[in-house]
Amino acid sequence: MSDVLVRARGLTKRFGGFTAVDGIDFDLIAGEAFGFLGPNGAGKSSTMRMLGCVSPPTQGELTILGGDPIRDGAAIRARLGVVPQEDTLDAELTVRENLLVYGRYFGLSRALIAERTDQLLDFVQLTERAGDMVEPLSGGMKRRLTIARSLINDPEILILDEPTTGLDPQARHVVWDRLFRLKQRGVTLILTTHYMDEAEQLCDRLVVMDHGKIAAEGTPRELITRYSTPEVLELRFAPDEQESAARQIQDLSPERSEVTADRILIYEADGDAFLERVHQAGLKPVNELVRRSSLEDVFLRLTGRTLVD
Amino acid sequence: MSVLTPSRGDDPPDPPYAQETAERALRPATLDPVPGSLELSVRAFRCWLVMYRRTWRSSVWSSVLGPIFYLGAMGYGLGSLVDQHGTAALGGVPYPVFVAPAVLAVLSMNTGLTNGMFPVFGAVHWNRIYVAARASMLRPSDIYRGHLLFMVMRIAMNAACFLVVMAAFHLIRSWWAVLLLPASVLLGLAFAAPVAAWTVTLQTITPMNYVIRFGSIPLMLFSGTFFPLSRLPGWLQPVAWATPLWHGAALCRSLSVGTVTAGSAAIHVGYLAGLSAIGLWAGARSYRRRLYV
Repeated sequence: MSDVLVRARGLTKRFGGFTAVDGIDFDLIAGEAFGFLGPNGAGKSSTMRMLGCVSPPTQGELTILGGDPIRDGAAIRARLGVVPQEDTLDAELTVRENLLVYGRYFGLSRALIAERTDQLLDFVQLTERAGDMVEPLSGGMKRRLTIARSLINDPEILILDEPTTGLDPQARHVVWDRLFRLKQRGVTLILTTHYMDEAEQLCDRLVVMDHGKIAAEGTPRELITRYSTPEVLELRFAPDEQESAARQIQDLSPERSEVTADRILIYEADGDAFLERVHQAGLKPVNELVRRSSLEDVFLRLTGRTLVD
Repeated sequence: MSVLTPSRGDDPPDPPYAQETAERALRPATLDPVPGSLELSVRAFRCWLVMYRRTWRSSVWSSVLGPIFYLGAMGYGLGSLVDQHGTAALGGVPYPVFVAPAVLAVLSMNTGLTNGMFPVFGAVHWNRIYVAARASMLRPSDIYRGHLLFMVMRIAMNAACFLVVMAAFHLIRSWWAVLLLPASVLLGLAFAAPVAAWTVTLQTITPMNYVIRFGSIPLMLFSGTFFPLSRLPGWLQPVAWATPLWHGAALCRSLSVGTVTAGSAAIHVGYLAGLSAIGLWAGARSYRRRLYV
């Protein structure tokens, strides 16, 4: 099929004795937003570096835009945009100069770079800062500038490694909005995140990664349907009561339950109905909440751990 | 390129390259050919030019003033004492004429060394220029050669400034001196290429300080620069012959004074070219290992 842009089979990356990526398989389809969801150290960044053609796979097969990531690295990278986890902007240059330098790497003419720079700075809402140095920009602005810079060569695939980590909520929403617009325009997105809301917002399809392996794959909705119940009941008890409460809840035989450090999570099709039974059993939670299942629950189910610890 | 719809009020603008959904479908399924290494190296070089635009005046002053002080203090101050005892050991030329081409050689060595160390380390660890560049279509070897091109430019700039000073003080005695500029560049490259190849592998700056303290300073003092090699103890002379600065200083002096012979020039040039070639080979490897992890 011609619209498979990236194909990975048994993709593996080892650093000495440590296996960062352990034989993963996936296909990336043109136009989709594909996410790697997992905690820190799951192998997401190593996977992104291999996809960015700057890290030779130790083993397995990886084809990007029909080429080999190391042999054809330069030709593939000419058609990629990369937003790394840590900004690599040149703080001693202005906003505009950062785009100029980067555009030059791709052999673009000064006139074309100038034209694209105007459009891109408009797109990421940095037009007023065009002549300013990068150093004093806020974290959100720097991230948006990095996104603008990654688009200077009009890439077909945009690789984003934790695009909103470290940003405040408002700055995250601005970044999400820009990425969503890019996707609408047909740019294929690959992103990593350990935020489930980010994955739900942006990703058409995602894989859950843990310890270098893919634990599950699907659309956010599919994953939730497959690995969780429609609703979740969250109960918080006084610390000394949690243990006995957990035992009593087990006696009510819920579909599934998890005890975390500060909460008891009960997975049920109908959360309110189960809450009623909890009350009838004489239990008095300090706090109770019925909510829809999220990817966080999927992750907890698959790995036994929470995403952000 | 598309014409964008103008943004209206708070309405964020459309992303650029808008009409391209259709265009994208028409893109070739095969990858485009990649330009040659020279073209890609020049692209990397231009990045350094953009940054250098901000600092070039101060950098030239600070790198050329030092050697001019040396020339004044050693060449004319100390030289007036030296010349009272006759100039036979200097090849029959006044001390300033003897020492000026060696100071040029030291300047070229130091320009090569310093440009091959701290900016290279910084490009990995501080401003991360290499890290940004490797995500573009440049390959590690292009990044290395592009940076080396910039270092060569800096070596040539500093040497040219110093040559003007030498000429103004009538310290040049031969038409061979027109070759002093390429000779200085070759000498600087013989330091810059291997040193950059090594620096890119470093995790801390400590080893670079050792190179300056125990490498470049002894070289500057004992390579037949301020006094003829014949004044060194006999066992030390072969050590000096093995160092690149001795070859560079001897080559520069023979061109400046006019005592150059085909045989000696071939040995000096061959040595410096060989060292540069080893550096270029090693750099392409070490940059690749460092930037493709």
